[in-house]
This record gives sequence, structure tokens and C-alpha cells, in this order.
Amino acid sequence: MGLLSKKDTKLITDPLADNNPITIQVLGICSALAITAQLKASIVMAVSVMAVLGIGNVVISLLRNVIPSKIRIIVQLVVVAALVIIVDQVLKAFSYELSKTLSVFVGLIITNCIIMGRFEAFALGNGPWRSFLDGIGNAAGYGLILVIVGFFRELLGSGTLLGFKVLGDPIEKTGLYAIGYENNGFMLLSPMALIVVGIIIWVQRSRNKALIEDH
Amino acid sequence: MGLKSNLHNLKEKYKGTKYAPAFNALHTFLYLPNETTHNGTHIKAADDLKRTMNTVIMAMVPCLIFGMFNAGYQHFSALGTPVEFLSWDAFYIGLIKVLPLLIVSYGVGLGIEFLFAIIKKHEVEEGYLVTGMLVPLIVPIDIPLWMLAVAVAFGVVIGKEVFGGTGMNILNPALTIRAFLFFAYPTWMSGDKVWVHGAVERSQEIAAGANVDAISGETILGSLAQGHEIHYSISDMFFGFIPGSVGETSTFLILLGGLFLIFTKIGSWRIMLSSVLGALVMGLIFNGVASSGWIAESSKFYALMNTEFWHHLLIGGFAFGTVYMATDPVTASQTNKGKWIYGFLIGFLSIMIRVFNPAYPEGVMLAILLMNVFAPTIDHYVVQANVKKRMKRLKVKTA
Repeated sequence: MGLLSKKDTKLITDPLADNNPITIQVLGICSALAITAQLKASIVMAVSVMAVLGIGNVVISLLRNVIPSKIRIIVQLVVVAALVIIVDQVLKAFSYELSKTLSVFVGLIITNCIIMGRFEAFALGNGPWRSFLDGIGNAAGYGLILVIVGFFRELLGSGTLLGFKVLGDPIEKTGLYAIGYENNGFMLLSPMALIVVGIIIWVQRSRNKALIEDH
Repeated sequence: MGLKSNLHNLKEKYKGTKYAPAFNALHTFLYLPNETTHNGTHIKAADDLKRTMNTVIMAMVPCLIFGMFNAGYQHFSALGTPVEFLSWDAFYIGLIKVLPLLIVSYGVGLGIEFLFAIIKKHEVEEGYLVTGMLVPLIVPIDIPLWMLAVAVAFGVVIGKEVFGGTGMNILNPALTIRAFLFFAYPTWMSGDKVWVHGAVERSQEIAAGANVDAISGETILGSLAQGHEIHYSISDMFFGFIPGSVGETSTFLILLGGLFLIFTKIGSWRIMLSSVLGALVMGLIFNGVASSGWIAESSKFYALMNTEFWHHLLIGGFAFGTVYMATDPVTASQTNKGKWIYGFLIGFLSIMIRVFNPAYPEGVMLAILLMNVFAPTIDHYVVQANVKKRMKRLKVKTA
């Protein structure tokens, strides 16, 4: 047996696909729509959420036996708020431009339903190591969708990836633009992020029929 | 052996296989099916989905042909070398510009319909026939074909197929396609260049340093929103000798098409009439605001507000949208009372968006899409009101 038992591996792999926080549980949609116009912002957001959720889950899990259940939501909020402030300050210190782009959405990680959801549903009832894996797994599932959406929105909307002009220069008319290609402005608007998420959900459910709800 | 029996044999041969729906669709579209119901039917009506669709297409053909003539006519007028409206020169420009639009629209749209029919193993539905005809009529003439193809693919898949195909869609597919184009490629869908063939090309030549005159390709709505004078007469506007999307300029032909749809009972006269009423009411309100001096003449809304209320019916895509798209039976309200409310709000909101948001001069597109979303809600309340009324009657009787 390696580092992770089979059960532990499942904690990480499940949220990536069959129990994805965005496409299956439909949580954290707000930030997925708001900050995915650029791939870079998506990646930073994914990493930030992963740090907050991974550490937060461990902290809550360590405190789980001493938190009075009546005030547990407040305690959880304090923990997540403290972590988010650290992330925010780190971003401001080392990557000011990017923290400008992300603006209020870093602060709004506090209200990301995925985080409170994992605290409530997992960290309060499990040990720190398993909670850590669960946090990383869920944040990775969230980040995966963010990166996919960010990839398509930046590529089709701006013709760039991480700021590199992969399709050519729209003003100089090089690359694809020389033959009349133009960027799709709709991709930069939030509704299109919703449609891209919808298409991902569609693809996922048509590949795995068990995910389709009865109604 | 004719094509018909060939197709029939193919149909029999592929029966039950993956590609059967494709052959069935071609066969049904071109000919009467070999197997029709022989006995046991008690309601006999000649109009099936195919015939309904074809009637709407017939109502649009005059607009298409007029659009071809107008494309060339506007092109040469803008160049400063006007030609006769009904001339081969004018028609030729229109033909080579509009025909590709039509082919791309039908090719991509029907291709996707066939694909989905094969994947989902159902018969090909006729729903795209009308959409495919509407699309070339509501886009600017110089739109690049690949953009149209992308938009058609988006509109058919996201606007229709994800909801379950023909008859299940919430939004009008043709307008979904246009809205997609409008938000994705605004430089090709609005402004003062795209509405006349050649204007974009000419402006690029000028940007590259060529010494030629710019061509104006502005619509009347665009000019008004900019506060420019317009130099088209009322009869030009009514008969459609004005720049605009390919097939929506001639209010006269649209009116004839509308009467044809009403006469054949395909289009709802309630929606058309109430929509016109809504537009007139909103226009009158704006005229009142402008004439009572509540708005300064320097305001950017003044020119559009001060436009005579009934001119709004003649300019822009209002007439076309009202007759051919607001009446789409799938996305409109189903109840008679609902149709009045639905149509009225479309007219009312079109003019409101048109005046207050010069960036979106095509208010009618957004108004119809918005009301498409609200149509089921309107129906719900109309039905509930009826239920309540009848419950009350029941209580009075039993009391």
C-alpha cells in the first residue's frame, strides 16, 4: 500500500468527476462565471481556493471536538475569513495586477458554498488527514472546471492563452486573423461562461448515464 | 425508376438502422410518403408540420427576392452610381451575396438537425425549414459566412436541441442565432458600415491608404440615434428602399406576408395586432414626452423620441419581427388572452429599447427574446385566472 489507501484516493478522485462540486453539486457557480474570462485568473482562483479549503478543512477537523455545535457556523466563518485574508494579502504582495483583476472575488471565497459545504459535511466528522485530502480533492474538482472554462473563454474570446497570442495578432492581422478570423466577444460575457459550464455538464452526463437525475 | 422509388427503396433497406431518419426525412420532404393512414382517422386536416412550415416560407419568399434587389440597389446608390431598382445589375449583387447566406444557413442548420436525429434516433423534424429561411433575412448583407455558420450551429444546438428539438425550444432559434452574432461579433452586426454591401471593404481600403470616398451604410435607426438628418421619404421606408438587414426593409411586402399568414391561419393575428398597438402606444408616449418639453432637445434620446410614433412601424426590423418571429407558435403564448399581453409587450418594449438604448437599435430582437422567456408565465396566469373565475361560478351555483 502506497501513501494513500484506496478509500483515501477516492476522496481526491471523486470530486474530480462523478461528484464534481460545480457540475454535479452545482456549487460555486458565481465565481466560476465571474473570473473565468482569463485562464490566468482561473488558475489563481483555483489555487487560492485549494489553499483555503485544504488548510481550512484541517483546522476545522482539528477543532471539531471542541467547537460547540450551536456556534459552529461562526467558527467556520472565522477560520475561512482568516485564511482568505492571508491569501488576499499574499496576492496583493506578489501579484498586484492579478489581484486587481480578481478584485472582490478573492474576498468572496469566504462565501463560496463549496468551502462551507466541505467544512459542514466532511471536516466536522473526519480526521485531519482525510479532511485535508477531501479539501484538496474538492478544490481540484472546482479548479478543473474553472480551468476548462477559462481555457475556452480566453482562447475564443481574446485569442490568447495565459496572455500569449496563440492565434496571432488581431491588430497586425497575423496567424488566424489574416484569413478573416475574429474573436468572439460573447465569450467574454458572463452568460457564455454559464453556457460553457452547461456544455461540460451535458458532455459529462451523456458519458455517464448514472448521473442523470430522475424526474 | 424515379428518384422517389429509389429513395423509398433506400428507406426500406436502411429501416431500423442508424441512418434511417435521414432517408425518411428526404423522402417525406420531397414526396408524399408511400404509407399514409387508410382508415380509422376521424379528424382529417391537410396541414401537417411540413405544410405549416412551407406556408411561412412562401410568405417570406417575396421579402427574400426584394432583399436581393435592394442589396444591389443600396450598393450602387451608396457608390453614387444609382441603377434602376428592378435591374439585373442590382439583382446580381444581391444574388451572389444573399444566396451563400441562404446556403450556409440551411446547410449548417439541417446538417445539425440530421446529426441529432441520427444520434437521438428520432425522425428529422421540419423545425429548421423556417429558421433557415429567416436567418439570411435578418443579418447584415456583408456578414462573413463562417460567422454565420458558427452562429447557426450555436443557435440550433444551444437554442433548440438541448431543450429537446423542434417544438420544445424556449427561445426562437432564428433570433438566438442573431443575438449570438450580435453579442459575439458586434463590429459586423451594428454600426454605420455593415448594412450596405461594400461599405466595410471600402472603409478598410481607406484605412489602408486608398484615395476613395467612404460609403455610408447606416440604417435609419442608426442615423436617428446619432442625431443625423434622414433623407428617406415615407414611401421609401414603406416599400423598403432603405438600408437594413437583408430581408426586413420592405414593410409593404411584410404586410402582405402577414396578411397571407393570417388568411391561412398560420400566424396569429392577435399577436401581430397587439404588437403593433403596443408599439404605437409606446411611440405616442415618447411623442408626448418630447412635445411637452420634458426632455431637452440636446438629449441623445430626443431625435428617436421625437420620431412620429407611426414611423417606428416602418423603420428597423419591427415589422419583420412582429409578423414572422413574434408569431412563432412554439415560443409565443398559447392562450388567446396571453397572446394579446405577449404581443403588446413585444411592441411596447421594442420601441422602448430602441429609444433608450441607441447601442442596441434592434430593440425588437431583444424584446421578442425577453417575451419568449415570459410567455409560459403569462400563459400560467391566464389559465389560473380562468380557473379562479370558474371556481367562483361553481361556488355561487352550489351555495
